Amino acid sequence: MIVYLVRRFGQSLLAVVAMAVLVFMGVYAIGNPVDVLISPEASQADIAAATARLGLDKPLWQQFGIFVINAFQGDLGTSFVYGRPALDIILERLPATFELAMVALFLSVGIGVPLGVWAGMRPESIAGRTIMAGSILGFSLPNFWQGMLLILVFAVLLGWLPAGGRGQTTEFLGMQVSFLTLDGLSHLILPAINLALFKMSLLIRLTRANTREVCLQDYVKFARAKGLSGRRVVLVHILKNIMIPVVTIIGLELGSMLAFAIVTETVFAWPGMGKLLIDSINLLDRPVIVAYLMLTVLIIVMINFMVDVIYSFLDPRIRLSEMKG
Amino acid sequence: MTKLLEIRDLHTHFFTRDGIAKAVDGVSLSLERGQILGLVGESGSGKSVTGFSILGLVDAPGRVVSGQVLFDGTDLIAGGERLLRTLRGKRIAMIFQDPMMTLNPVLRIDTQMIETVRAHEDVSRDEALRRSREALVSVGISSPDERLETYPHQFSGGMRQRVAIAIALLHKPDLIIADEPTTALDVTIQAQILSEVQALCANSGTALIWITHDLAVVSGLADHLAVMYAGRIIEEGPTRDVIAQPMHPYTKGLIESVPRGKKHGALLSQIKGMTPSLLRLPSGCKFRPRCPRATAACEIEPALDVMDQGRRVRCVHPHTENYPEVLAK
Repeated sequence: MIVYLVRRFGQSLLAVVAMAVLVFMGVYAIGNPVDVLISPEASQADIAAATARLGLDKPLWQQFGIFVINAFQGDLGTSFVYGRPALDIILERLPATFELAMVALFLSVGIGVPLGVWAGMRPESIAGRTIMAGSILGFSLPNFWQGMLLILVFAVLLGWLPAGGRGQTTEFLGMQVSFLTLDGLSHLILPAINLALFKMSLLIRLTRANTREVCLQDYVKFARAKGLSGRRVVLVHILKNIMIPVVTIIGLELGSMLAFAIVTETVFAWPGMGKLLIDSINLLDRPVIVAYLMLTVLIIVMINFMVDVIYSFLDPRIRLSEMKG
Repeated sequence: MTKLLEIRDLHTHFFTRDGIAKAVDGVSLSLERGQILGLVGESGSGKSVTGFSILGLVDAPGRVVSGQVLFDGTDLIAGGERLLRTLRGKRIAMIFQDPMMTLNPVLRIDTQMIETVRAHEDVSRDEALRRSREALVSVGISSPDERLETYPHQFSGGMRQRVAIAIALLHKPDLIIADEPTTALDVTIQAQILSEVQALCANSGTALIWITHDLAVVSGLADHLAVMYAGRIIEEGPTRDVIAQPMHPYTKGLIESVPRGKKHGALLSQIKGMTPSLLRLPSGCKFRPRCPRATAACEIEPALDVMDQGRRVRCVHPHTENYPEVLAK
């Protein structure tokens, strides 16, 4: 197990390094931030001075070298726009996105998995077909349009919930969160649903397909032949077998929800990291973009690492073969 | 005393897009306490579906359409899911064909055994564990305590089938339905499992329905044989008699196609043709197109005629030459 973890950790590290190169090269290949930052009437000397001040006059490999050395000291660069460390700016916005993603994840798993199992157990029933039809809408309608429709129905027409913003926040485990106050919660619900809908549909389809497959297995029939209750057959024998693909998708999707909640955050004016990224791209604020992408890579790699560890708990066969290997 | 099991005119059909497949088409069988019945047939003859129908475990799109399954006098078909659940694993247990597939790969053996005990009896976990250990020992598994804490993939095929048998024995059932339990195993393991099951059933007075396509296996085990073809029973009788004098040309073909090592290089006889699709069965006798004895008279479906000595046969031209003198020899 330890060998497996160490090896898996090495792979994660390699992924981070590879991504650092790609991200840095990619971002530094586009546009010249000095053109955006400095006034159009600036003299040639002013432009040269600004370029030197931002360190953009050095060759690419030197810039990358400086970035790497600084990154090891926890410094991912200073924002061109705010003049503050890029990482600090991002981390300020992280709790809002994190909270949104967590609530969305909770909704999509809590609703998606049971509905998927239900539809998988009774694929021919009206309820099963309705769930499937709904899930097609869930991931074929564009995310921003779903968001706008949610605002139109629940905020504008019914007036039940606010259309945007974060509402009242309270401190929880050192983070500012919305879900502990009624006002915050009312602001949280719509964006969370918007972010969850796609993942929920995905989970419904995945869970349904896996449930149908597992239901045909002899061990399910054998479990029934042992006289177990239908509940135990579903909750233990079937559910535990479908959890591996479900955990994989949850892991991947949690990473993408954290990293790319951009559309939802934009539609609902949610002050998270996604909105910061859009603003930074518009201003060509390279350090913030790079820091954001590096943080994202780190989060996704970490989640995948955790998913692999969870696998080994879910499936004894993985545990054993990896221990041997 | 009522018979342990009496199946009366059972029909189980599969409602597919291409039509209705009558997998079990009017099967009647009965079984005494402690008796071993061999249910023999090719793939698709309906023998497994008959077994599953008894316990109400036929998967969609299949359904028991009509008939009665009287278990100890109670009709299981009429009793429905609620009654069946109290009997499954408790009074009627089942063993499946592929031991690689019957145990849940992600649950430990102890979990899978304890839940079986506790599904029917309100006992403590320790007591359930104790019984599980006992059952493992009874099927010849050494160091049961270690074995209980392992997962199915850590066992060989034969060991898994022993575990499955141990699970079936947990509640000392009145009847075990074994659906080709040795087909997927090595021949040596097959022989071991066979003799163990035979001994276990004899000791506990458990009746057994042994479903198989292998006449050689079942002839040494069963008291009584029923041969199925295309959803119907075509021949039935005491094992010794059926093997010595098969009356139905199909049974005769089956017996003659078993290698007996009489002469090196001699061709094995075989039954010509293939098992017909259940969706496109011939009229009259279903075996007619493959039968060496078929005549125009076979175009009308024969009934299951009762012969001497407790034999039944569904054939217009049964092999009754010299019968029953052959048996007297």
